[in-house]
Amino acid sequence: MTDAGENQSKDAVLAAHPDHRAIAALTQQLPDAIQNAKYDRGELTLTIAREAIISSCRTVQAAGYNFLVDVTGVDWYPNQPRFQISYHILSHTLKQRIRFAVFVDEGDPSVDSITSVWPAANFYEREVFDLFGVRFGGHPKLRRLLMPEDYRGNPLRKDFPVEGYR
Amino acid sequence: MSELLTAPTVVDSSEDRTMILNMGPQHPSTHGVLRLVLEIDGEVVVRVAPDIGYLHTGIEKTCEAKFYQQVVPLTDRIDYCSPMHNNLCYCLAVEKLLRVEIPERAQWLRVLLSELTRLNSHLIWLGTHAMDIGALTVFLYCFREREQILRLFDDLSGQRMMTSYFRIGGLALEPPLDFFPRVRAFLKTMPEKIDEYENLLTGNRIFINRIKGVGLLSAADAISLGVTGPPLRASGVDWDLRRDMPYTGYEKFQFKVPVSNGCDVWSRYVIRVQEMRESVKIATQALDGMPEGPIKANAPKIVLPDREAMKTQMEALIHHFKIVTEGFAVPAGEVYQAIESSRGEMGYYVVSDGTAKPYRVHMRNPTFATLQAIEKMCVGRLIADVVAAIGSIDIVLGEIDR
Repeated sequence: MTDAGENQSKDAVLAAHPDHRAIAALTQQLPDAIQNAKYDRGELTLTIAREAIISSCRTVQAAGYNFLVDVTGVDWYPNQPRFQISYHILSHTLKQRIRFAVFVDEGDPSVDSITSVWPAANFYEREVFDLFGVRFGGHPKLRRLLMPEDYRGNPLRKDFPVEGYR
Repeated sequence: MSELLTAPTVVDSSEDRTMILNMGPQHPSTHGVLRLVLEIDGEVVVRVAPDIGYLHTGIEKTCEAKFYQQVVPLTDRIDYCSPMHNNLCYCLAVEKLLRVEIPERAQWLRVLLSELTRLNSHLIWLGTHAMDIGALTVFLYCFREREQILRLFDDLSGQRMMTSYFRIGGLALEPPLDFFPRVRAFLKTMPEKIDEYENLLTGNRIFINRIKGVGLLSAADAISLGVTGPPLRASGVDWDLRRDMPYTGYEKFQFKVPVSNGCDVWSRYVIRVQEMRESVKIATQALDGMPEGPIKANAPKIVLPDREAMKTQMEALIHHFKIVTEGFAVPAGEVYQAIESSRGEMGYYVVSDGTAKPYRVHMRNPTFATLQAIEKMCVGRLIADVVAAIGSIDIVLGEIDR
């Protein structure tokens, strides 16, 4: 059971979905933003260049993807680039979801905040900052959210043990 | 937060107009351990800063150390008012990763239990919300019916609240023989009971005056702040995942999605009460059309075998041993699965690296996002309205802090 364009290269995935609104808008307006594309289990994941995240969000927002559902992180330690920030975006009119992925290095774990596009990102980005230690440039109040303010360490990093002392 | 807390204690009297008030974390109307730092000018709220994390137990981190099937009981503990929605959402996400199809009877049972859970959760909300406003009686009425639902769950799974009844690939057990007649008898009485609550509240002038026009949230604000579920529909956005992006067979059911343009606490009350009536209808349809058949997918490497098979067949015994001791490998990939929980869009983002333990599990919980809208609802209003606004977003701290 495989879907069209699954496990294929970026160009093949983009070519397999010519009518997809997000792909059309991004390839027309920001041709350099999409670094990679994946279509897996009925879900589209677009890897976005780190510096293009705000403009990409604005572009898909204008294309009808009006609702930011979630922002979270994945730690691919010890691989590089280490952190993947996943953005889940939903369109109420198209009834369709897309996922943006931005990869950031351990050396400079930071990405621009998208709170200017969707204020909903505020808590989500704070949570990622708290638990992964990834900074969001331009965030209005980048503080710890779930852990105490004086806590050291980022619990969801893979080199943080599940039990025992650090 | 801390710039609020470290506000100078000695201030120029000409500017000394506002005061910082800590509401929570042990305040009864904050439904658990929510702390709101309120800046108030007399009785009027100038600023609200939610402080969360008092219930943070690192469930997402714990999930990474468990087998896929061992995560199911953890999901109960996230939103303890609607445990089966969490079970369902997690199981659907892993089933999507595994590409497992589950049998029709299991899907219908999942719908039936989801709707009973929604009733259960809305009853808790109605009782506590009315109690916050000052209508104490309704609480006892609601908990009377909730007790019946909990007894049904007890009968079904052996647990009243932390049911863990859903499994990856189906359900844990076939329901007991008297389960369906008991659910039917309960559903038959439920519309009258909802009328009873409405008799106490809907025409009640005190109740209306306390919540009408309070906690306003426009549709544009609701969308930009990530609000979902009844608060979104109360702001006039016609969006329900059960109808618009159906999962586990909801497309086979007929139901209405209540929407209101009131944008206030009152509309959220009206919508949730109507949703309870719709839930009764969906559950009744599920009972009427309940198909026969297996309740587990035919996937011996994922689903535990029947007790009978395990004691008579060698392969079944081996499969059982393998699943229990070393789990089952899930093909690498990432999925996001969302369902309409009692509070809005609940989503599980599961990343697999091809092993038997999830590489990453993230829960997108509805009230986590909705809590961000509390400032929009409360600024410029009275402190008493903050209590009404918190109640109207149906806050559960377990799912916010995780």
